[in-house]
Order: sequence, then structure tokens, then C-alpha cells
Amino acid sequence: MKNSKRIWIRSILCAAALASLNGIAFGQGQPVKIGLLATLEGPFAAGGADGMRGAELAVKQRGGVVAGRKIEIIKASSDAKPDVAVNATRKLVEQDKVDIMVGPLSGGEGIAVKDYSKTQPQVTFINGGSGAQATTLVNTSPNFFRFNTEGAQWMVGLGKAAMDKGYKRTMIIAEDYAFPYSQVQGFMAEYCRLGGKVPVKAWVPLGGKDYSSVIATIPKDVDALLVILGGADAVNFLTQYENSGGDKPMMGGSITVSQDVLNYRGKRRDSLVGTISAGPLADTFDGADWKAFVADYQRNYPVSAGGYPSPSLFAFVYYVNMKAALDGLAAVNGDLSGGQAKYRDALQKMVLKTPTGDVRLDSNRQAIGTTFVTEVVKDSSGNLSTKVSRKVDNIDQTLGIKPEDFKMGSRDVPACP
Amino acid sequence: MTAAKWRRAMNTGVASAVPRLLPSAGGSAAPTAAPAPDPYADSNAPRWLKFLWRNLSPRHVFTLAFVLLLPLIVSPFIIYQVAAQALIFGLIALSLSFLAGYGGMVSLAQMSVAGMAGYALAVLGVSGTASSLGWPWGVVVPFALLIAVLCSTLIGWLSVRTDGIYTIMITLAIGVAFYYLVLQNYTVFNGFQGFQKVYPPQIYGVNLSDPVPFYFLCLFWAMAGYFLIKWLVRTPFGIALQGTRDNARRMSSLGYNVTAHRVAAYAVSGLLAGVGGVLLVWYNGLISPGSVGTGWLINLLVIAVLGGMKHPIGAFLGAIVFILLQTFAIDVIDRERFNLVIGGVFLSIVLFSPDGLLGLWAKLRMRFGPSQVITSTTRR
Repeated sequence: MKNSKRIWIRSILCAAALASLNGIAFGQGQPVKIGLLATLEGPFAAGGADGMRGAELAVKQRGGVVAGRKIEIIKASSDAKPDVAVNATRKLVEQDKVDIMVGPLSGGEGIAVKDYSKTQPQVTFINGGSGAQATTLVNTSPNFFRFNTEGAQWMVGLGKAAMDKGYKRTMIIAEDYAFPYSQVQGFMAEYCRLGGKVPVKAWVPLGGKDYSSVIATIPKDVDALLVILGGADAVNFLTQYENSGGDKPMMGGSITVSQDVLNYRGKRRDSLVGTISAGPLADTFDGADWKAFVADYQRNYPVSAGGYPSPSLFAFVYYVNMKAALDGLAAVNGDLSGGQAKYRDALQKMVLKTPTGDVRLDSNRQAIGTTFVTEVVKDSSGNLSTKVSRKVDNIDQTLGIKPEDFKMGSRDVPACP
Repeated sequence: MTAAKWRRAMNTGVASAVPRLLPSAGGSAAPTAAPAPDPYADSNAPRWLKFLWRNLSPRHVFTLAFVLLLPLIVSPFIIYQVAAQALIFGLIALSLSFLAGYGGMVSLAQMSVAGMAGYALAVLGVSGTASSLGWPWGVVVPFALLIAVLCSTLIGWLSVRTDGIYTIMITLAIGVAFYYLVLQNYTVFNGFQGFQKVYPPQIYGVNLSDPVPFYFLCLFWAMAGYFLIKWLVRTPFGIALQGTRDNARRMSSLGYNVTAHRVAAYAVSGLLAGVGGVLLVWYNGLISPGSVGTGWLINLLVIAVLGGMKHPIGAFLGAIVFILLQTFAIDVIDRERFNLVIGGVFLSIVLFSPDGLLGLWAKLRMRFGPSQVITSTTRR
């Protein structure tokens, strides 16, 4: 008698403790687990950390709750290598049992995670920041969605801007991997159609230090250079080009003209004024939604707490993809049953409101969205910044070319010497 | 048979072997002890059975039962990502700890040798890239292993004339050179992107890329490598190799060809690393320059040192700890700082036990275990 009473009391105490732990969750339905993968190690560690900030911002804006279900974020890290990304994703999906997966960050990772997603049909995968064309063009996966535009789409509009500037012949200097291939294609598809010529394409290794041999091959008769190099590589190239006495006008890829390049101090700094570039976002875009997004980012992640003065590309694309995941969840009222069929249907049909305008998905679950053509200007206090010169809406993944005529960008495709 | 029954059976086996185990109790010096009486000598059981009875102890049976039954206990995720991956890296690390522990040569190029086998598999075999030749796997795998052995022999031939830090430098240089070769060569190695979709074959309707079959595939080859090394270090070749490690000049004056022994050791380690490399590519389903980068060259050394190089099992212990940390450290501190946990654990293991986990185990046994009779040469 006494024993059973004691057991009773214990079990009641236990139940009370459990209930207090889970009280919130019980009150609002089961939490939704979302896996978040970005590169917190390796060459894109800084970008990955900002990507996480962007994704967290999207969750914060909804107060961490969607349709009465708490959002539980489980993070993982990779180092921009595809095998590491798949391992990290596999842990989130198979060990932590997430319902939705957001990530990864870089191109090769995206293709590998897309291939993996085919083996896990019960989970919906939403891209993070990766921008390789092949992810949603070749061998697509029915449960992999991408709400950001990719490398080729980001360059649409630059070809026309170059022709308007009078650049008839252009040499391309780009890093030798998938993302710059896409960027080059995005530029050349339009540029070649308008009659521009690209006599030379120089593919340089990622993280190269010495560009003297490339600089030596720049032909005399080109009007401009299109430089598609990441941060430190771009600065190295600019310095060496200046030292060798080069004076061709410059155009930049989506990740080339960034703050670290604009802060570059050298004799040629003033010649950067007028450099045109294109990308999915522009710091100085004056849309109301964009301004609200920037203000929100700055309030949540002030520079003193490790944030950037203005959200980076990765913060933006992670924000967009996480927002899509949550908006979709809200649209189906938190209902992930039936193998998430309803949820995926909602994602497919959704018109996503992003800070830079509306985004829809095509039949390959790839975003159709907006690109900005920007130009470097000098403000009154002598600082360089970018100014939006043109906004191009509704760019699809085949860049307006008929799907059957569209060939994926590579070292030799397209060509117009 | 249940584990308890096994233990009883094994206990009786050990008890009857006691007279053999304690020869020095009789007063004679351990190294010169007369061969112990063998209780199975006069039975007419087959030789391999007698060998097993003599050498098997409960921990062997426990370990074997554990690794065989593991798929029933834990989730497919643990089987694939933790267990299979640890076996693969254990096998590659074993090739390093064989060279370093028994040959006294620390080679940082073992991961590159594994990568060469992996790249051979991807280039000659079937992959998602058009430049692959698409040979059937039955031809490609032996070819990949052959390439690994040849390359390893070549690396050995280049580096055995040096000692200590110079061996490390030469092999590191070879490893880094291979990394840049595969990173920048597009005609053969497909550069930065490497090869995707290199999957293990289907054999008799069994898809080897499923977690459990793949685990057993890795387990088989890991055990094969483990027993190969255990056997090899007791052969005349293995003993001579250890002699060259301890005093190369004396071995040379005794008439042994030190260089030949060392190069042969490199060839053996190339075979192990090659098998590990093939399994690694199948595990990831892809190979890219990142898999053979400097980070992994060093990680392999970390695994070998972490486990301890005095016994072949050390490489596998190190790999298990390494993979567990790599997989789950982010759950301990879920911020950008999780690499601190990994580094902290490595540092403390190496700090408190220079011989890695094996040294830690030996220390614990010395303190808490039954008192041991020290026999310096015979090993069970």
C-alpha cells in the first residue's frame, strides 16, 4: 500500500516535470524541425556565418512559430566540400530526423545534396545559397527546391549594359569551376546575341596568387575585361594589373564587386568608377521591402555583434530560402502529413515575396526572379559604392532561350570569338 | 549462441591454457621459457581450429560478436555514417600506423595513395562525368589497387633514403603536389569538381550502397587488413622491418637490405590505402580534390596518433573517436565553435597519453586490472 502510494507520487512528479518541459510544445502542436546547413569552416566560413544570420532572421520575423507549431532549428556545418556537406546533411536527416532541410551554401555541395535528396523522399530539401546551374537542370530531384536565382541568372542584363557602354570586344578572366562557368554563360548569352565578341577566355585556378601570365595574354584590341574572381583573388588581380600598367575598363561578376574590392586602395582606384556588374541584390536598391529587410538585419545583427554593415549575398539568399520554407508551412497551416505532398504543392505554387520582388518557381522547382545591374559610383565624400542602373525582372533559368536549345555553361560553351 | 555461453566456453578454454601462460612462475626467465604444453596438441582437429583455440580470448569473441550484430542494435545512420566511415578511415590510417609504428617511417602521403586509387576508380570506371572510361568494376577495382601499390612503392622508393622529419617533408610535398595536380588538371581529373556518382556495384541483387551491406563490405576489408598486418609483423619480413626501425645500421651490417624492406613496407601500405580509397569513393559516391587536400593528409596522422601506433587496432580506435567527434561535436556546442571541442579532445588525449588511446588503455589496465606477468617477446 505504502509502496504503491510512493510510486503514484513519483509518477505524478515525473509527469509534471515532463509537462513543464514540453508544455509549450503540447499547447501548439508538435514542433517542426528544420535542418540548417552552411559552411562554418573553410573558404566560405564568413559567408556561411552570415547565411545562418539570414536564415535565423526569417525565423525571428515569425517569432519562431508558424501556424501554431514551434520552429526548431538544428544547425550543421560543412567546409564547401561536397562529401562533407552530404555527411552533415545525412546526420540532420537520418539522425536528427528533420522535417525540412535548408542548405547547403556552395555549388558543388548543392549538386551532391540534390543527389542525396532523391534517397530521402520523406524530407523536403530547400537550397541555401548554392548557385550551380546543374542542380535544377540535369537529373532533377522531385523534393529539392531552390528559391534563389543562380549564377547565370545573376548576370542577365550585364551584356546589354556592356554594349551600351560601347564594349564591343571583351576578354574574360574567371576562376575555373562551375559557378564562374554559369556567370560567364549568363553574360555571354546576351552579349553575343547583341553582337559582342569574346576572343579570349582565361580560366585561372581558385585561390591563385600570380596573374602575371594572364595579364601578359590580354590582347591590345579588347575594349574591356570581365573579371569573375572572388574577394582576395580580385584584389590580387587588380594590384598586379595596375603594376603592369593596364588601363582597360573593368566589368565584375556577382561576387567580385563587393565591399573589400571597393575598399581597395591603389592608383587605379578611381578607374573602378564606372565598373558595371550584376547580381541578385544591390546594397543601394531603394525598394521599400529591401530597405525594411536591411533595417531588420542591422537591428538584429549590428556590426558590434559580428554582422555586416549591409546583408551579404549569402545572408540574402539564405533569408529568401528560409522564408520560403516558413511561408509554405504557413500556407498549409503547418500540415506536413501525407509525405509532405500538400506542403510541396504549396511551395511549387507559391509566389514568394522577397525583399527584391516576387519569386515564382518553374517546373524544375527553380526560382524565376530579379537581377540588378549596378555601376560603381563615387559619392561626395570620396567613397566608392554601387548604384542600381537597371532592374531586370522575371529571369528564368534558361535565360529566355528555348529549353531544347539551352546548353549548360562550361569552359567552351557558349563561344563567340 | 548467446554471449554468456560464449564467455563460459571461452573461460574454460583460458583456464586450461593457464599453465602455458605462466611459465615464468616456475622460476625460469621469461624470454627463454620452454614452450608451454599445448592441451590441443594431440587432438586431431584441423590446424586452423587448433590455432583459433590457442589464440582466441573472450575479448576477441566479444568484439567480433559486437561488430557482426551492430546493424541489429543501432540505426542505419550510425551504421553507415559512423561505423562504415570509421572502418574506412581506420583502414587508411592502418596503412600509416603500419609504416610509422613498425617501420619508423611517417608518411603523410597515405591519403594521397588512397586518393590515387579513388581517382583511378572514377576515371576508369563509371561516373556521372562524361570523361570517365566506363570499364566494368571487376576490372577497375584490381586496376585501382595496382595503381595504388605502384604509386606507393614509388613514393617509398623516393623517400626511404631519408629519415624522420625529411620523410615527412618529402611525403607532404608529394601529397600537396597530387592535390594541385587533380585540382588543376581538367582533361583527366576534371579539376575542382572531380567525379560524381561513383557508386558501389550491385552483386547478386544486393545493392552495396545500402547501409548494412556496405557496412559488412567495409568490415570485411577492415578485418582483412587488420589480420594481414597482425600476421605480417610476426613473419621474418615483419621482424626484420622492426629491426630496421630500431637500428637500421645494425640490420644493414647483419646483411639485411634495409632499403628493400622499407620499400616493400610502402608497397603493403599502398595496398591497404588503396582498398580504403576505393571504399571511401564508394562511401561518398564522389571524389573531388577536397578529399586529398592538406587537411585530410593531416587528419589521417591525427587518427593514427590518436589511436596509438603500437598495435594495428589503434588505427581503428582513433578513427572511431575521430568520426564520432566530427559527427556529433556540433551537438555539444551548437555554434561556430564546435571545432574547439574536437581540438580539445585531441589535445587532452595526446597530452595525457603519448601513446594515444592504446596507451590510455594500457595505463588503466596497469592500475586497475589483474597483475600481469611481463613477457617481453611473446605475444598472444
